Amino acid sequence: MTILLSIQGVSKHFGGLQALTNVTFDLPEGQILGLIGPNGAGKTTLFNVVNGVYPPEDGRVIFRGKDVTTTKTYYHARMGMARTHQIVQPLNELTVRENVIVGACFGRENQSLRQAGMVAEEVLEFLGLLPRIDQMAGSLNVAEKKRLEMARALAARPYLLLLDEVLAGLNRAEIAMMVETVRNIRQQGITIIMIEHVMHAVMNVSDRIIVLDYGQQIAEGTPEEIAVDEKVIEAYLGDPKLAQRLMEQND
Amino acid sequence: MKYWRNHIGLLFPLLAITGMVLWPILTGNVSNREIVFTILKAIALASSLNILLGYTGYVSFGHIVFYGFGGYIGLYLVNEQGWSIWMGMLAGGISSGMLAFMLGKAILRLRGAYFALATIGINEAMEAFINNFDLFGGPIGMTLNFSVYRAYGGTAQALSMSFYIMVVLTFASLIVSHLVRTSKFGLGLQAIRENEDAAEVMGVVAPDAKTWAYVLSAIIPGMVGVLFFFKNGNVEPHVAFPLHASIELLVMVMLGGQGTVLGPILGALAYQGMRGYLVTSNFFKDIQLSVSGVLLLLIVLFIPAGAIGWLRHRFSSLRRVLA
Repeated sequence: MTILLSIQGVSKHFGGLQALTNVTFDLPEGQILGLIGPNGAGKTTLFNVVNGVYPPEDGRVIFRGKDVTTTKTYYHARMGMARTHQIVQPLNELTVRENVIVGACFGRENQSLRQAGMVAEEVLEFLGLLPRIDQMAGSLNVAEKKRLEMARALAARPYLLLLDEVLAGLNRAEIAMMVETVRNIRQQGITIIMIEHVMHAVMNVSDRIIVLDYGQQIAEGTPEEIAVDEKVIEAYLGDPKLAQRLMEQND
Repeated sequence: MKYWRNHIGLLFPLLAITGMVLWPILTGNVSNREIVFTILKAIALASSLNILLGYTGYVSFGHIVFYGFGGYIGLYLVNEQGWSIWMGMLAGGISSGMLAFMLGKAILRLRGAYFALATIGINEAMEAFINNFDLFGGPIGMTLNFSVYRAYGGTAQALSMSFYIMVVLTFASLIVSHLVRTSKFGLGLQAIRENEDAAEVMGVVAPDAKTWAYVLSAIIPGMVGVLFFFKNGNVEPHVAFPLHASIELLVMVMLGGQGTVLGPILGALAYQGMRGYLVTSNFFKDIQLSVSGVLLLLIVLFIPAGAIGWLRHRFSSLRRVLA
């Protein structure tokens, strides 16, 4: 089993706020890792550190054997890391097609415009956005914008996909569709880390879950282990029976 | 067939310029030629500024610095060192490009209003520097030794040749604009315009892309500067670095529609037309710049995307044709 991403003792603070404390884990290729925890636990901060938005004060981030602790986001993109944003960041005045072409052009495969155009159509079909392809990205609704974020990320043909709350704000039907999409992405061999608050979804989809609380890793394990972990129940899930119910609920 | 579809956006711009160029040639009228020269100059400058302003989304209030700086270098080489106008223009363009490269490394990390302010500062600093630089004549500037024209067949010939060089530069600026717009590089620039952070996350190397956009937008203004001062016969600091000309360029680009190839042409044409009327009218001749201020205000308030942007928005079927 190859290790795709290795987080080694990463710490980050903003002024007096300790956002991440000594976070350490390895992510093998092909896994779906769920990242959960209360609001403000440091999940998005961890994404930003992994993705090169800002460097950590301490620790190292190793991606595909290279130290990427202090490199910039565009370098990470070239190396095969793609992400979606919790708050969607569409390129409003460009069409849906152009948005995705940007992802394909400047991502890992560094494609030409012509190739990228074909990749864009393929990816947009996969995500059900083909009818919107020539619309301005700014005119999409929230659910579509989230799928556009995914499309851009996928078009880069990444090795690692960072999904930041792609289910938030979606209705039940949309969530079911998105969960199916995430599974399909994994089948393409892409490794995924997903931050998620929709518990039944993350429990169902993840191979492994890491729980953050106040920047600390308080638990790590399979969904089954996490659901019965006392610390997790106390910090996040709240009700022990709730965890059990979440596990039984199937999408 | 498909190949031509990609370039259909260039059709209107080329036709518009060709029409403008034919007018003085067919009428054989020198004063018409001068009018068209002024318009073409505005188009070439506005179109170059558009690469930075329209595609990349960075507002440069001091873009005229490249025109003045390149012009000074080129005129000095032509006048004092005996270079030909061709080599002088090349040197002027390269100098402006290099200036933009160095400035880009320094100030393109600034965003929004801070970058705009920095560009004003650079223009003013350059004017102050040239004012005190004796090699370039200091505050008096340089006057072209008219014997230079002899190499081109006399004054009348040289002036007529300048017009045709201006035509070529204008076409070049439009082709550059179109190529940037339809290239991968240009797509990266547009991504930066829309959301620089998101563009970087997707792999656009924003610092490099911005710097090259800045360089590209500076080269043709540098060449235009050399040509204009050559034709004009002299150059002075306040003629080379007029801050109001930078602002007029912004108005032209925004009036026609930033981020389009056709926009700066329409904007420059409309603005120069209006200006021609204003400076000759008794009422407006002293306050014509305030009219452009009001115009800028109205554009920003009511048609922020400019005329072409507005048309493209209203009639989406025009999107392919009005590039």
